[in-house]
Amino acid sequence: MKRDKVIGAILLAIALSAISGLALITVFIFREGVPIILRVGARQFFLSTDWEPSLGHFGILSMMVGSLFVTVGAAVIGVVFSMGLAIVLTQFSPPGLSAAVKPVIELLAGIPSVVYGFVGVVTLVPLIRRSLGGPGLSVLAASVVLGVMILPTITSIAIDALEAVPRSYLEGSIALGATRWQTVTMVLLRAARSGLVAAVILGMGRAIGETMAVIMVAGNALDVPRSLLAPVRTLTSNIALEMGYASGDHRQALFATGVTLFVIITLLNVAALTVSRQRAGRRRAK
Amino acid sequence: MRVSPVATQRLAVGFMWMLTAITFAVLVFILAFILVHGLPHVTWTFLTQSPTSMGREGGIFPMILGTFLVAGLAVLVAAPIGVATAVYLSEYTREGRLTSVIRFGADCLAGVPSIIFGLFGFVFFAIALRMGLSVLSGSLTLALMVLPTIIRTSEEAIRAVPNSYREVSLGLGGTRFQTVFYVVLRSALPGISTGIVLSLGRSISETAAVMLTAGSALRLPKSLFDSSRTLALHFYLLSREGISMPNAYATASVLIIAILALNLLAYALMRRFAVKVGR
Amino acid sequence: MPGARLLFHARIVMLGLVLICGGCGRTSGRSVNLLGSTSIQPFAEMLAERYLKEYPGQFVEVQGGGSTAGLQAAESGLTNIGMCSRSLTAKESLLFTPILIARDGLAIVVNPKNPVASLSIEQLRALFAGRIADWNEVGGKAGPVWPITREEGSGTRESFVRLVMGNERISRRSLTQESNGAVKELVRGDPAAIGYMSLGLVGPDLKAVAIEGAQPTVENVLAGRYNLVRPLLFVTKGTVAPATQKFIDFVLSSEGQRLLATEGLVKIR
Repeated sequence: MKRDKVIGAILLAIALSAISGLALITVFIFREGVPIILRVGARQFFLSTDWEPSLGHFGILSMMVGSLFVTVGAAVIGVVFSMGLAIVLTQFSPPGLSAAVKPVIELLAGIPSVVYGFVGVVTLVPLIRRSLGGPGLSVLAASVVLGVMILPTITSIAIDALEAVPRSYLEGSIALGATRWQTVTMVLLRAARSGLVAAVILGMGRAIGETMAVIMVAGNALDVPRSLLAPVRTLTSNIALEMGYASGDHRQALFATGVTLFVIITLLNVAALTVSRQRAGRRRAK
Repeated sequence: MRVSPVATQRLAVGFMWMLTAITFAVLVFILAFILVHGLPHVTWTFLTQSPTSMGREGGIFPMILGTFLVAGLAVLVAAPIGVATAVYLSEYTREGRLTSVIRFGADCLAGVPSIIFGLFGFVFFAIALRMGLSVLSGSLTLALMVLPTIIRTSEEAIRAVPNSYREVSLGLGGTRFQTVFYVVLRSALPGISTGIVLSLGRSISETAAVMLTAGSALRLPKSLFDSSRTLALHFYLLSREGISMPNAYATASVLIIAILALNLLAYALMRRFAVKVGR
Repeated sequence: MPGARLLFHARIVMLGLVLICGGCGRTSGRSVNLLGSTSIQPFAEMLAERYLKEYPGQFVEVQGGGSTAGLQAAESGLTNIGMCSRSLTAKESLLFTPILIARDGLAIVVNPKNPVASLSIEQLRALFAGRIADWNEVGGKAGPVWPITREEGSGTRESFVRLVMGNERISRRSLTQESNGAVKELVRGDPAAIGYMSLGLVGPDLKAVAIEGAQPTVENVLAGRYNLVRPLLFVTKGTVAPATQKFIDFVLSSEGQRLLATEGLVKIR
């Protein structure tokens, strides 16, 4: 019994240090970042596109719009392909195929982002430049590359969500005379909706946090992008490009950008959590 | 014109198979692109020599060592702490407001972009704690980065162990310590090791955070306080600067093979443990 | 497992040691660390390699990060030598000791397919400020101009701004790349691009345009005809460690200077 207490105490000590270590990071980031937001003024910081650190101008609107465009673009591409993949694997292919393919998909989630970025720069960017115009480094390039990167994330969660729908729903629909496709659109997708939405939200969370691949293919221009073919700078790229040499106010502004990202990701996480809880709630009610 | 449901189905399924084919084609293309260009250059000398002329010639041994040290140390530090924390949270505390908050916090931090950890590590470890650009700064930063993930996946794995296991163990007269360590952890091992291997993979692939904390020195690190370059960073620098494309491809190939091997290991481990536990 | 408790204790102690050692400061006095300009980085690497062949016991580390990062690292003690590819401001001159190791021409590069071969400073400024948006205004094929710039902390960018832009800001449309190599790759692939980079790093794949009638060559830089030139500095703070001084002496020696000259830099003597 005494040993139990000692173990318990050691575990508590470790857990406390781990948690306080993580809390330290959060506090540190906020403590570094928030003061400058207050000093510059929240409206100036979030709603101004004027980012000129050497003049003391810290407005991150163009980067926020950039992150938004690129993330939404990635989500669109990711959703289209991963839904197709998930539906086909779970509904229209031999049983066991999805179990065999899932590890392959997860394998691909492990490829470093610099590799994706590199392949994008060498193949996709010139392709866009030659066939669609513009410098090639663009919102489109970044969206495609990110879309491919978040595909494994969305797909594996989507497959889980689809497989969690009770067979009885599907069998009932077929018994009533629907084709399998009609079952998918009218029953399966509706039933799995919250899980699928959570998958997309988590995919977007990953996309918004991606740095290296985006720096390589997005062009990093300060202007707000006016078209898919225009170059763009995201919040993460901005931090990565400037943090090596930023000091004083500039560095704090980068921390403030970090705070912004932190908040956005937290909101996305809350959304995903709420959405999946809704599904569980509905399930329990039945 | 009404299209029959069967025809619609054929169209839809055909379209989705096409999407699937495109997806796999793209992913195979990416792997093949790197491996085809790079594998021919991956020789034994390449793997065991040091680079010369900024990496234009020579090999990548210091980078392999650097990656090993930075990522390995990160997981070595984070895994025991993370698992211990998960054990404490799920076995030694009662479910309540505090544990939910901690869980939510861990989830959030697991999703925070690595660049922010890099920023923190640079300012805190490298500058404030005066560790400089070193393997130590890099691995501690990465350890913090993967800690939330390890805590969460371990916790999920532990909570998935059926209560009956615990009750049986306690019923047979085991202490809580024995129950936790011999029964619960053993059963949760596949989930826990998956989380750890995933974190190792993430540490190996990390570039931005590492550049700022471990630096980008080309030489073989002689101590934990020396700067070192990881494979991912070396690949990034070689390809960005156009220093040597063949070497860049070769470095990327080594990196990809290492990650694939790691994932295969994780998969095999999971299969083996799942079979053992009989689930 | 009786060992488990010991293991936990060991880990806590190890972590504590790690944290304590963190306060111990950095590497042994033998090593020389350089950090900063990505323009100087390849040359410093090359010098380090040669230096280590002659003095095998030494340890020289070179990192990138940009000129401003180099200055900050020198200030915070993160590095022995900060590499800076622009001249210091008045404020900076008070803090640091700059040592000129070479001079470097700033080449204005365009894609080889671009017919434009010569520009005036006025045109250059207009191109990068966004006032000239189409290539046919300076004698090229019609099409949009895409200026390529470096990140703000770059010494190359700072030098360019001081030498060319004056009071005008670089266009917000310009694509930002983080190194000379990235600029080079981009200009090499895009016929509409125009960028600036270290003359010593241009290579045969790109076309460097003449400025105010002078071709960008080392001879013209030495003769004073090509005026886009910036100093390459090794910057130190306070007293210099003997190992560091030894490396600096090597770089300033005729051997070191000869090496730099063969790579396309301009000797200081």
